[in-house]
Amino acid sequence: MSQDFRLDTVGLINRDKKLSFKFNGKNYFGYEGDTLASALLANGVHLIGRSFKYHRPRGFFGAGVDEPYAIVQLYRNNETEPNVKTTEQELFEGLEATSVNCWPSVNFDIGAINNLLKVFLPAGFYYKTFMWPKSFWYKVYEPFIRKAAGLGVASIKHDKERYEHKYEYCDLLIAGSGPSGLASAYAAAKNGARVILAEDKPRFGGTLLTSEVNIGNQTGKEWAENIIAELKEMPNVTVKNRSQVFGYYDHNMVVMSEKISDHLPKTKKHHPKQRLWYIRAKEVLISSGSIERPLVFGNNDTPGVMLSSAAKEYLKVYGVLVGKKPLIFTNNDSGYETAIEFKKNGVEPIILDTRKEPNSEIIDEAKNLGIQIKFSYVVVAAKGYKKVNAAEIAKISDNKNDLGVLENIICDCICVSGFWTPTIHLASQSGNKTKFDKEIDAFVPGISKQNETTLGAANGKFTLAETLKDSFDAGYELSKKITKNDNKVSYPIVVEKNKTTHDKFWCVPLPKGKNYKRFLDFQNDVAVSDIEIALKEGYRSIEHVKRYTTLGMATDQGKTSNLNGLQLVSDMENKIVPEVGHTTFRPPYTPVTIGAIVGREVGKHSRPTRKSPINSWHEKNNAVFVDAGVWLRPRYYKQGNETLFEGSKREAKNVRVNVGVCDVTTLGKIDIKGPDAAELLNRVYTNAWLKLPVGKARYGVMLREDGIVMDDGTTTRISENHYHMTTTTAQAANVLSHLEYYLQLVWPELNVNVVSTTEQWAGAAIAGPKSRDLLQNLFPNIDASNEGLPFMGYLEGELFGVHARIFRISFSGELAYEVNVESDNGNFMWKKIMEIGKEFKIQPYGTEALSTLRIEMGHVAGSELDGRTIPYDNGLEGMISKNKDFIGKRSLNKKAFVAEDRQKVVGVVPLDKKTSIPEGSHLVRDVNAQLPNPKLGYISASCWSVEHDNPFSLAILKDGKNMIGQKLFVMSPLKNITIPVEIVSSHYVDPKGERVRS
Amino acid sequence: MLHIKCPHCGMRSQNEFSYGGDATIKRPELNKEISDQDWNNFVYNRKSLRGKHLELWQHLSGCRQWIKVERDTATHEIFKTLKANQDI
Ligand SMILES: [Zn+2]
Repeated sequence: MSQDFRLDTVGLINRDKKLSFKFNGKNYFGYEGDTLASALLANGVHLIGRSFKYHRPRGFFGAGVDEPYAIVQLYRNNETEPNVKTTEQELFEGLEATSVNCWPSVNFDIGAINNLLKVFLPAGFYYKTFMWPKSFWYKVYEPFIRKAAGLGVASIKHDKERYEHKYEYCDLLIAGSGPSGLASAYAAAKNGARVILAEDKPRFGGTLLTSEVNIGNQTGKEWAENIIAELKEMPNVTVKNRSQVFGYYDHNMVVMSEKISDHLPKTKKHHPKQRLWYIRAKEVLISSGSIERPLVFGNNDTPGVMLSSAAKEYLKVYGVLVGKKPLIFTNNDSGYETAIEFKKNGVEPIILDTRKEPNSEIIDEAKNLGIQIKFSYVVVAAKGYKKVNAAEIAKISDNKNDLGVLENIICDCICVSGFWTPTIHLASQSGNKTKFDKEIDAFVPGISKQNETTLGAANGKFTLAETLKDSFDAGYELSKKITKNDNKVSYPIVVEKNKTTHDKFWCVPLPKGKNYKRFLDFQNDVAVSDIEIALKEGYRSIEHVKRYTTLGMATDQGKTSNLNGLQLVSDMENKIVPEVGHTTFRPPYTPVTIGAIVGREVGKHSRPTRKSPINSWHEKNNAVFVDAGVWLRPRYYKQGNETLFEGSKREAKNVRVNVGVCDVTTLGKIDIKGPDAAELLNRVYTNAWLKLPVGKARYGVMLREDGIVMDDGTTTRISENHYHMTTTTAQAANVLSHLEYYLQLVWPELNVNVVSTTEQWAGAAIAGPKSRDLLQNLFPNIDASNEGLPFMGYLEGELFGVHARIFRISFSGELAYEVNVESDNGNFMWKKIMEIGKEFKIQPYGTEALSTLRIEMGHVAGSELDGRTIPYDNGLEGMISKNKDFIGKRSLNKKAFVAEDRQKVVGVVPLDKKTSIPEGSHLVRDVNAQLPNPKLGYISASCWSVEHDNPFSLAILKDGKNMIGQKLFVMSPLKNITIPVEIVSSHYVDPKGERVRS
Repeated sequence: MLHIKCPHCGMRSQNEFSYGGDATIKRPELNKEISDQDWNNFVYNRKSLRGKHLELWQHLSGCRQWIKVERDTATHEIFKTLKANQDI
């Protein structure tokens, strides 16, 4: 199979290595070094997809990042990726791709009917057409839009590829390896700076690969290759290809996406697919070049119409002719370079130049080569549906308003050049105040906000000599500032052909009686007429016009459309472009995969998993785990086929009857030391702390300054100036920060130190009527009697030679103790407790039983202390000292907080004593009340009371204190159930609290 | 991502810090009478400044010290960083 459009010798591809690939099910081949786009073009394939809105045929418009529409669904190694740019995707053996956004096929597309209905799909059609009738939305409009607007299809499989993140620091980050990037990198590197040079394409050199210039007696390409080779050898330089700097953030943080494996059939073992680089650079040099601007004429989206720079790149880099009868349509000298390349390779181009009588070296060269040139000529419209087969052309008057007689000219491609737009995206993202340069009709970087310098074409400098000089200087000056070195390299001699000024004309008027679509935004199908409608309908701000018409939106971010859109708005408004202003450029400059953004933080790696030192025992004993904040905790220990409900009920029951043991290592622990420790506690907690004796624990509640409960826990006085504070598992980090805040900023005079000891201690709660006997057997040398270790007492002991702290505190409401040992001994402690506890019928219990026990006891916890409740709401008003001030006290006298009918925690029991009450349900008085039914409260926590053997819940209820004994309804709209309930005391078991003191 | 100079540790990335709000707010003294208005100003009322703002950050994943940062809320420029006990 021959490639009709491939030249024999030209190009940088490897003709020794053929690669086969499939597009829309058909087999083709290309060469190593091709992109999917160049390989398809070499095979004469121009029809690649269908457009977004009208489903018009789509071909190739650019040759790289500038491409607005040649995207495909890519298949690689049993995976698929949507919306891949063919102009950026390198060819690999076995590549498969299909068109997106066409159904049933690219050649026969049903959606193209929209093209005939385009009168119904004008600007803002999303907003207008689909508004009414409302009932049509779900059944008619939405499915239609989904089908019509679909781009590619995301894979639903788990992505097995690996993506990495890398953090890097450097002196100079240089984005783009064209002439300015290479020159500045070289000058800076030679002056000792740490340089990172990033190039988004596989090949370094940018425009030097395609332009006919001479630098220091070498071709541009040779010079680039030599500089890169030298840079790669330098230890202070990192050179990266396939790496797109896509975002410029605060404080000179730039983010770059490196494609490591996308060009290979399969990712190599131990390699990531892509790597995201977070680079903090002292200076950023932006050498991102420029993108050629389209000219606007009728049907300018027909496949075969493309940028002249792209045609030149396909020819010079890939040895591919985009056509054999090319028409070059230009308003500047760049089109001539493309024409000359065609001519040199035996193809006869015709140039249409909008200018009247331009003169320059390059125009002379074209004339000398015998290229046919028509001055003051324009393309009025492209002819052909799926591919250009002719053009309607005409002479244009000097004032550019009137067209001459329409002529038909046979051609198979139209290469357009509407001059150049500097790529200022990164500079704009950095906060640079860009300015409009009238000479080039484009925005260029102005005053930098960060340490950013834009060079070369990105800075609106289009001659090589000037670009190189600026860039050598910038590289030297900036590196000197950082390294204080003074090694300056000399400028090479540059030979390039001079060019003359471009024509400001860019939009061809419609001939009389014709209503050709003239497209501005090729990705989003935005035509000149759409902008006209938007303005007619009163949209003025360019940001509004953008959103209304979708001009410059989506993945393209207006790379080719932005300036022409602005120009049109300013022409129609009789304004100049800077008055209209440009829309904000936002990262990312090009699409970045979600995989790269997420990096390694996937699944179990998305956050650390903390395990208690006793975890291995839990695993061996059939624990079913649950995430508790960052901790993994046993939810219950499964016996046989037990469900969660059955298992937790068994465990809770055993605590009430015998004794249970629970791993409470996860509780937050803070060590507090210093002569003012008691004073700190006294200010932080709502109750009194100054008189707590050594060897005693006390329960405390702490508030935020706004009076809301922040956390609760017990704190024990270990010795004179030493306290051990416990917090809830969830609030541990916040409480530490809270204490540090007050100690460092508010009361620095307090002589106290706090430090987290959560991970230093392993904890086991032993609870149940037999816990004292068990404790005595564990610690034969202590006096475990009620007198020796009373409720809220503290002792230290030896657990078979291991030092232990013993607290008599209870969360379950039973007689209970907490034993702490150093973490390393946690497993040992647990095993001893299980071993010695055997005779007392000990069973381990998990968080579910723990919840059950505390709920039926009416102990408030995280679901009540939810950041919205005050002490009173939780029945903790008795914890508030009247004799001292503390954090948040002043807020408690707020009107709402002292209201007569203030909400309060209550117990809730279903009248049938059977139906479980879903957490989060609402409490209402009347099930048949008019909607919205007034909500009196909500269910905060539910359990199956093992003491009463029926469901029991806690609720936060309006006027809770006066509601005991009333009958209400629980409603759960989510589960669509209504349950008649009775309000009871929140203390459903042992209301007097006798057990904990027994 | 901001680059913040911790006065104790040096230049660090923002993700090591947590934000703590306006640093010029003084907590009213304990055990002292205070009007509702003054207390509400302390607890709730904050100026949403555009421009220079003295604010608190805690170097959470570093030295755990609360520090003061003078930052422009519009441009994110950081002019100065101070230890907790220093004033501008
Ligand atoms: Zn620090």
